[in-house]
Amino acid sequence: MDSGWLLFATIAVPLAACLTMMAIPSQYKDAIRWVALAAGFTMFVLSVIVFAVYNYKDGGLQFDLRLPWLEDVAFFQKDGITLHLAVDGISVPLVLLTGIVILSGVFISWNIEYRNKDFFILLMLLVSGVFGVFESMDLFFLFFFYELAVLPMYLLIGVWGASSHFGTYTRTKEYGAMKLALYLVGGSVLIFIGIFAVFVEADKGTFDLSVLGQVTYSETFQKTFFPFFLLGFGVLAGLWPFHTWSPDGHVAAPTAVSMLHAGVLMKLGAFGIIRVGMTLFPEGAQFWAPALLVLGTTGALYGAISAMAQRDLKYVVGYSSVSHMGYVLMGLATLNPIGVNGAVLQMFAHGVMTALMFAMVGAVYDQTHVRDMTIFGGLSQRMPRFTAFFAIAGLSSLGLPGLAGFIAEFNIFVGLFKEYPVFGALGILAAAITAVYILRMLAMAFFGPLNEKWAHLKEMRLLEQVGGAILIGFIVFMGVWPDPFVDRISQSVLALPGIS
Amino acid sequence: MDWSLLAPEYILAGWAAMVVSVDLFWGRLRKDHLAYLAATGALVATLVSLVYVNEDKSFGNLIQIDNYATFFRVFFGLIAFFTCLASAQYVKDRLLHPGEYYALILLTAIGGIYMAAAKELLTAYISLELLSFSLYVLTSYAKFDLKSNEAGLKYMLLGAFSSAIFLYGMSLIYGVSGTTSFTGIGEALRGDTSEFALAMFLGLVLIIAGLGFKVAAVPFHMWTPDAYEGAPLPITAFISAISKAAGFALFLKLFAEAFMPILDDWRWMIAGLSAATMTLGNLVAIQQHNIKRLLAYSSIGQVGFMLVGIAALSPDAGSALVLHLTGYVITNLAAFVCVIIYFNQTGKEEIADYAGLAERAPFLALCLSIALFSLAGMPLFAGFATKFILFQAAAQEDLLWLSALAVFMSFVSLYYYLVVIKQMYLVEPVEKVRLPVPRMEYAVVAVLTIGVFLVGLYPQPLFDGVENATQFVFAASQGAAVAGGLGP
Repeated sequence: MDSGWLLFATIAVPLAACLTMMAIPSQYKDAIRWVALAAGFTMFVLSVIVFAVYNYKDGGLQFDLRLPWLEDVAFFQKDGITLHLAVDGISVPLVLLTGIVILSGVFISWNIEYRNKDFFILLMLLVSGVFGVFESMDLFFLFFFYELAVLPMYLLIGVWGASSHFGTYTRTKEYGAMKLALYLVGGSVLIFIGIFAVFVEADKGTFDLSVLGQVTYSETFQKTFFPFFLLGFGVLAGLWPFHTWSPDGHVAAPTAVSMLHAGVLMKLGAFGIIRVGMTLFPEGAQFWAPALLVLGTTGALYGAISAMAQRDLKYVVGYSSVSHMGYVLMGLATLNPIGVNGAVLQMFAHGVMTALMFAMVGAVYDQTHVRDMTIFGGLSQRMPRFTAFFAIAGLSSLGLPGLAGFIAEFNIFVGLFKEYPVFGALGILAAAITAVYILRMLAMAFFGPLNEKWAHLKEMRLLEQVGGAILIGFIVFMGVWPDPFVDRISQSVLALPGIS
Repeated sequence: MDWSLLAPEYILAGWAAMVVSVDLFWGRLRKDHLAYLAATGALVATLVSLVYVNEDKSFGNLIQIDNYATFFRVFFGLIAFFTCLASAQYVKDRLLHPGEYYALILLTAIGGIYMAAAKELLTAYISLELLSFSLYVLTSYAKFDLKSNEAGLKYMLLGAFSSAIFLYGMSLIYGVSGTTSFTGIGEALRGDTSEFALAMFLGLVLIIAGLGFKVAAVPFHMWTPDAYEGAPLPITAFISAISKAAGFALFLKLFAEAFMPILDDWRWMIAGLSAATMTLGNLVAIQQHNIKRLLAYSSIGQVGFMLVGIAALSPDAGSALVLHLTGYVITNLAAFVCVIIYFNQTGKEEIADYAGLAERAPFLALCLSIALFSLAGMPLFAGFATKFILFQAAAQEDLLWLSALAVFMSFVSLYYYLVVIKQMYLVEPVEKVRLPVPRMEYAVVAVLTIGVFLVGLYPQPLFDGVENATQFVFAASQGAAVAGGLGP
């Protein structure tokens, strides 16, 4: 069998699950859950297989599959638009990440009662789009799946989300949902324009990235159109100053959606910058790298400082995502192998740990219906496992050796110091601030004397523990044995044009 | 004269007469059965027109039956078919004289078909008038509704005015080129035009203004919101589908066959018109509270997108335009049928009335959301693929700025479509009673929604067909052109 069908299956399984769930009457809530779990588990297994079977010694694109979609008509020539799926060392860890987070997300959302059929249908649609972006080697389909991943977000947040109350005013979930949808689609306007321009300039009559990647674009063209991809994808990657949708959107979203969104969707943006921007326009990337570096660093610092000022647990995690995505962008801006390596590692590491943090915040919110850390205290006495999970995610986030975050941030900083020592120092400063807000959060909410108000709290449910344990497994796995990741990523990063 | 070329239209006209007579002489027939009768006629005409696939014959140099005509015969036949089905309940509940109503729908389709098939100006004009007059009557069909009367009057007055402009433009073009045949005009324009440049230019401007009115391009769009709001709902759907589609069929053919040689003289005009139309349509749509007016302004915005295809006129852009037109019509009909169903059941048409529709009629809410997402150009649905191809076609012709503006305006449109979706999914319903959806209308919506998915997920067959059709109107500009005039 052609191994490319494995990738096809990762996209088709969630879509098939959507159709199956549509056929189930909405009162059979358990049947729907089991279908979602079956789909989530299948995706997880498929993504693990893809990750394990990918041969890093050969490198390059593997699991190639081409299904013609539109050709030999109007300005499309042969292979005009093909569903061309393939993965390289950069997308393989991200495919794995998606598989992990969706399985964990299904566990975490197990207890959703309100219209759970619609919820899981939209969640599956979202995941299908995410896999599609990571696996598409056709510009049209990459963008198709990109928009597909954004499409269900509005409803997911608007219907199942929660508003935040700040005493004097309320940030409604509708606000968060609309802001997120408009920012992301607004960003894709720029991508759209960039795609049109590339197609015309290349004049090959095809959207296939492997063909478009071989064209040499003029320097002016590269410099003009790289920012379109950088900013367009950058919005989704939480690029400062277009990051403001991210804390509001993530806070308003239901737990599993925050996990997927902060954990995986934001990586679509950074991945798009690599796959489209840096691959097609190496000289443009060279030219704009300083700007990216400044914006990325600002984001990393700004996110960290904002997180320090928050009282709402979920806002802390939301701003920490902005901060960590800032590292990713800094790593990309170095344009040297080690920095870009670090950026991709960070995408994976941040994906797993932020998903875990959102899952844990969701678990406590389900019981208490508040997220203000100042009124918690001593939760560890009632929820020891929960506290341990949260602490592991937090420690990984601040870069403790032995956990996933360390290896990623270390690479980024080494890459930075090679090119821009000052920014390397600023990056480390941001990491230091991260330590402050993470430890402050742990101290305030989980340790210290038990606030009697919370004496009734129970340990999290078994399913939540299972969901969290999967994520923790990978945080530790990558922390103690990063080789499988580094091997896969580094050869593909070296193969990128303009990386030296 | 090969009279057999016009068989589908004989069927349509004969069927229209039959529907009126049946209504007259068989008074006890259930009124919604007239709708099914008329729909059958439209379907029969559609099937018969398939006989002419790959035909390329002219009817006395007035009408050309080629694949372009056949494509639009099928297209308009199906529009009439779906409109009749969607009207059944509405007309039975709310309108008098159903016989004439359905007959006029069939006659409108004939007008639309000949607009696409005409190969000279006067035939095009007469077909345009047949279409417009039928629509004027249909717009004011709700006799006792003031809004409907006002809408019909406004539509007719402005329509007559624009027809005069169109005619004057035609006369100027005839004056300078000495022929009314599209290809003949093209031939004349290919030669030396310096002597009559001004008259020709004026004629062109007037023709653009006249056609601009018919398709509701800014600044000739003023009639649209009122006509849309006042007309009976199924007629609003019908206008938004057929008058746009037929207008663009004529627009494309006229400009490809006649005015292609002086492309540089008018491209900037159409591009400007397109930019103004999409900007105004989409921005004003944000303000609307009534679903009909929202769809009216959104359809103005959509016209702006379609004009992109005319501005970028080339064989590729022509096919892209017709592809988009098809996708748009299917989507828009789907959206309107949902609105019609809701109106039939509740009599309400404010956006705020859609609160909680997802709980009261999940299927209806889903289909309406799909249609709206498709109009906004989201993936899986027709709008994404067809817009992508259309705007790419414009970028191919050095109109990247126009594609960029179009994409941006599509993004703006997402906002107001989301507002409707928000009402349906996020807001709690006022009354939690489930809304019954009649089976017939259920089926119509389902078929149209499947169409939206088909165009969005696998456009290759449709696109091949469209290209096969549009190549006929570009044949003259590419190969040997035959000079012609009015036949004997």
